[in-house]
Amino acid sequence: MAKAKETVSRTLMVALVLSVAFSVVVSTAAVMLRPAQIQNQNLDIRSNILAAAGMLKEGATAEEIEETFSRFDVRLVDLDSGDYVDPGAVGVKEPMKYDMYKAASDPSMSIDIPASEDKAGIKRRPNVAKIYTLSENGELVRVVLPIHGYGLWSTLYGFVSLEGDANTIEGLGFYDHAETPGLGGEVDNPRWKSQWVGKEVYGDELKEPQIRLVKGGVGAGASDKEHKVDALSGATLTSRGVEQLVNYWMGDRGFAPYLKKLREGEV
Amino acid sequence: MADASAKQVLFEPIFSNNPIALQILGICSALAVTTSMNVTLVMCMAVIAVTAFSNLAVSLVRTQIPGSIRIIVQMTIIASLVIVVDQVLKAYAYEISKQLSVFVGLIITNCIVMGRAEGFAMKNGPWLSFLDGVGNGMGYSVLLIFVAFFRELLGAGSLFGVSLMPVVNEGGWYIPNGLLLLPPSAFFIIGLAIWGLRTWKPEQVEEADFKMSRHTVKEAF
Repeated sequence: MAKAKETVSRTLMVALVLSVAFSVVVSTAAVMLRPAQIQNQNLDIRSNILAAAGMLKEGATAEEIEETFSRFDVRLVDLDSGDYVDPGAVGVKEPMKYDMYKAASDPSMSIDIPASEDKAGIKRRPNVAKIYTLSENGELVRVVLPIHGYGLWSTLYGFVSLEGDANTIEGLGFYDHAETPGLGGEVDNPRWKSQWVGKEVYGDELKEPQIRLVKGGVGAGASDKEHKVDALSGATLTSRGVEQLVNYWMGDRGFAPYLKKLREGEV
Repeated sequence: MADASAKQVLFEPIFSNNPIALQILGICSALAVTTSMNVTLVMCMAVIAVTAFSNLAVSLVRTQIPGSIRIIVQMTIIASLVIVVDQVLKAYAYEISKQLSVFVGLIITNCIVMGRAEGFAMKNGPWLSFLDGVGNGMGYSVLLIFVAFFRELLGAGSLFGVSLMPVVNEGGWYIPNGLLLLPPSAFFIIGLAIWGLRTWKPEQVEEADFKMSRHTVKEAF
């Protein structure tokens, strides 16, 4: 017995049978659980968008999230020109199916960011971004924009929500990052995030984004306090990363051309 | 070991032969997933499931496995089970699976799973092996939950995400100890736990590798 099972043919046989048996197990699990997983992922993205827009109620059910989210329009924006583009132009049937982070690694759908301009530390930027707008009575009241950039340890992915004036921040949140828990990880702290509400991205001329994360808090008498947010204590590099990435995405290489057109009613 | 009773096999690994405290295996994930009780519990259940079923599967085919490829066969079984567990978590516990991220996948490299498959399941029947897997998974879990309890309570002022000691950042009085949210703190807690366990059960104390001899050289004046 002990001898018989050590032959080459026997070894190959056992290896083959086991591989086949376990690949069946693994693929069955993957295929059967796929719908539930996709649903979870979609729900997750949707609740992150609603959270940034301040529209996510505590303990909302899946149906409520779907319902609220369905009031948003999903749109694709060409970042350079600031115009909306058809989903067909990026090879998808509906805007929701477009993945701008996947596009960022496709040379034909993205550009290299020169190191001198790469404030967010992301190296490549997709040509087309997926954004979410909310209109009431034909008037745009809210626009949720995806933002991402490097902090201390990780790339932070999040959304920023602007009011209809395309300048006032309504909310900001990150849904994926690996910053130090308790320090940089406090970007998730609701108290910290609440400071962003009502801040203004652009100065008087509406040109350069002016967001600053400052140490020591923003007092009532601070100058330019409409642009300043208290930095995270003990997390200088994460705070700097957040400041840079918000300014990058609100700048000329990010959503500024689109937001300008939005303000002037051109899109 | 061949004539071990079911009860022994199931409960010995919890305190008497704890895989983390005595064999010092599986430390990596013990550092990584113990910042909150919720995440830890899910990780523990995942590990129990994988050790139990991999032991069962390895034991069922143990007479068929040629010696030359036995480690690869064990790896295949373990890896497949880990993928299944990962898929199930993604489908039914999405939030927690996001927090566990790669650490579910890394159960594959958890030495406890491999150690039990090679050390126990290759030599024992399916039922005993299954119990051994559950037992070792529980031994791992007991220590992880112990570590997570202190890390979450002192590091974030909460347990299972429910705030018990309101922290300063949220307007409370407790200044959380940030160190406890970082991996090194798990080393300290595991170290203290091992010290405690070996004081309680002195037979676990290892013999010293060498003995200090008396200092005999006279200082020069």
